[in-house]
Amino acid sequence: MEKLSGGEIIVSALRDAGIRYVWGYPGGAALHIYDALFRQEAVHHLLVRHEQAAIHAADGFSRATGMVGTALVTSGPGATNAITGIATAYMDSIPLVVISGQVPLHKIGQDAFQETDMIGVSRPIVKHSFLVTRTEDIADAIAKAFYIASTGRPGPVVVDIPKDITDPDYKIPYTWPGPINMRSYQPAEKGHRGQIKRAVQKLIEARKPIIYSGGGVIIDNASDDLVNLVRELNYPITSTLMGLGAFPGTDPLFLGMLGMHGTYEANAAMHEADVILAVGARFDDRVTNELDKFCPEAVIVHIDIDPTSVSKNIDAHIPIVGGCSTVLREILSLIRKSNKNEDSDISAWWKKINQWRNKYGIYTAPRHAASSGRLIKPQDVIRALYDITDGDAYVTSDVGQHQMFAAQYYLFDKPRQWINSGGLGTMGFGLPAAMGVQLAFPEADVACVTGEGSIQMCIQELSTCSQHRLPIKIINLNNSALGMVRQWQDMNYSGRYAESLYENSLPDFVALAEAYGHVGMRVQQINELVPMMEKCFSLKDRVVFMDIDVDPEEHVYPMQVPGGAMRDLWLNKNEKS
Amino acid sequence: MRRIISVLLENESGALSRVVGLFSQRGYNIDTLTVAPTEDESLSRLTLTTTGDERMAEQIVKQLHKLIDTLKVNELTQGSFVERELLLIKIAASESDSRAEIMRCVEIFRGNIVDVTATTFTLQLLGNSEKLDAFLEAVKHIGSIEVVRSGVVGVARGDKFLRQ
Repeated sequence: MEKLSGGEIIVSALRDAGIRYVWGYPGGAALHIYDALFRQEAVHHLLVRHEQAAIHAADGFSRATGMVGTALVTSGPGATNAITGIATAYMDSIPLVVISGQVPLHKIGQDAFQETDMIGVSRPIVKHSFLVTRTEDIADAIAKAFYIASTGRPGPVVVDIPKDITDPDYKIPYTWPGPINMRSYQPAEKGHRGQIKRAVQKLIEARKPIIYSGGGVIIDNASDDLVNLVRELNYPITSTLMGLGAFPGTDPLFLGMLGMHGTYEANAAMHEADVILAVGARFDDRVTNELDKFCPEAVIVHIDIDPTSVSKNIDAHIPIVGGCSTVLREILSLIRKSNKNEDSDISAWWKKINQWRNKYGIYTAPRHAASSGRLIKPQDVIRALYDITDGDAYVTSDVGQHQMFAAQYYLFDKPRQWINSGGLGTMGFGLPAAMGVQLAFPEADVACVTGEGSIQMCIQELSTCSQHRLPIKIINLNNSALGMVRQWQDMNYSGRYAESLYENSLPDFVALAEAYGHVGMRVQQINELVPMMEKCFSLKDRVVFMDIDVDPEEHVYPMQVPGGAMRDLWLNKNEKS
Repeated sequence: MRRIISVLLENESGALSRVVGLFSQRGYNIDTLTVAPTEDESLSRLTLTTTGDERMAEQIVKQLHKLIDTLKVNELTQGSFVERELLLIKIAASESDSRAEIMRCVEIFRGNIVDVTATTFTLQLLGNSEKLDAFLEAVKHIGSIEVVRSGVVGVARGDKFLRQ
């Protein structure tokens, strides 16, 4: 049997876990591992410029492919820099394995150079973590890490590895562990049969039903199952920010996103519904608005693989703990066996929904003022992006107004096409996440929709894009302000812009992009937008940074009125629903 | 309402910190906590008490279950159960009056005197937490020097059991 050092075991284990790409940044405690990486070709390492970006890139790769993302960082600052990325993945249930170097075992607890208690620091934001203390345990820990990260409700797993157990002079026989079986971790896939039958009965009897779908559907690759069920039922469907693309955004059954910046028709339909089928969603506060006023008439059926998500914020009348795909299939098969079609006329409900659409919907007519001359509306930039990429691009985003405009106006037809930090709301996510997506799909159009605030949080990764030839397109909605902060200051603080403006300190983004060897474009007139963007996407092998001046006065609407019910919305600056 | 929750935990490094961290992270209180190995040396048994309504108790049990190192969780207070807590208390007892009163109290509460000096008694008491509270109340006016409570351990009555 082959004898390997600890560092070589780590690399071999990654290879045997099916990993081809590791994002990372070297440092003292990880150097034995980096040396082992250098001496083989199965696992390719991609150097970033900051560890946060390594985690976001692995995360973007995972969101786009469904595979486990992998990153490697050193101890101390390497590990703490990774924390924001790990927390981002944790909040959105993204499977990652993060390997961190650690100071040698005998120095742990001595306040050694570059020592941080990574297990302790990361504990609240990981699905699980391992501190490996023997070379003999490395393969097992890594195999378990991949198993835990990717099963049940996925999430990030940290494997912290002290330097001395990767010593190149200590070699032991290596074998990749077989299938993992852990007595204390047995995620349930199948939903309770009796509960599913009750749910089917409620769905059939419903007169004002709605399907509320979330990121869990995408994570569980249950998109086809969802589409099949919704089309069979012919019921309206809405989606969370994280669930966009699981059901085609252009389908007439789709009411758009729900929640804080959701459409009127989606929020009103939720409020008046008699049956809500929630699938892979968690009744987040950005969805429900005031809990006491939430959907007063609804019977709530809640499918989720994580029991803690069920009845955490809103009591479910019919909880079903299981995988989205498995449970949706079972529901569909029972519905097909039932005599649903004879007694399930919901045409009056559809009539009402269509009235809402015509009255307030952002897809039936533009509800924002038109762009003209030097006044470019951010919504129109996203519409142009949609048209020019045929609705087929991978779109990553940062956090703020641009994120909401992208979610509202880019109609995602496919799962894994829309990649954003929903739960944690991490500014700086978009650019490195786009690197991960582009790595996975070198031929695809990958657009990072961002703002001049967010992009500067990981701007250094423009250098990484050069090194690894990742020709992503950056669509910078530049309104010279932290737009969402400014919007809240307009609405809640009488326009006192506390620290949301830059006082003429913004860089020249075009020159900055060029300094990194990329193409920079500046758009200041609406008539330049489409031709410039067409040119941007025609430059297939270049990173293009489009710096687009957009209307700084624009707000994101609709917007839920704080403390109200779901359907209580600001529709524009002056009008409430 | 007071809740007693039993947990069987893999005896892994860091497992206890995950349990404790869960409580602080999610805003739950731990009133008492005891941990010790079981007859199976790969497992620890943990008993904790907390207070909260039904929804909070359900979330706590689910969240504990979600920890990868957790094998079994049971809220004892959902059924009938036996609970015990150990109290050690050191009391100033230099005068014969107070010495006599302390000894009477110990007898009434079926405790033991486990150490004696010319100026102190050290007492041991076993029972449910309510009994220990009552004893502390009874000797309060004498004045204790040091009170040590073990925290609650408990087990379900009858043929219900928590094991692998």
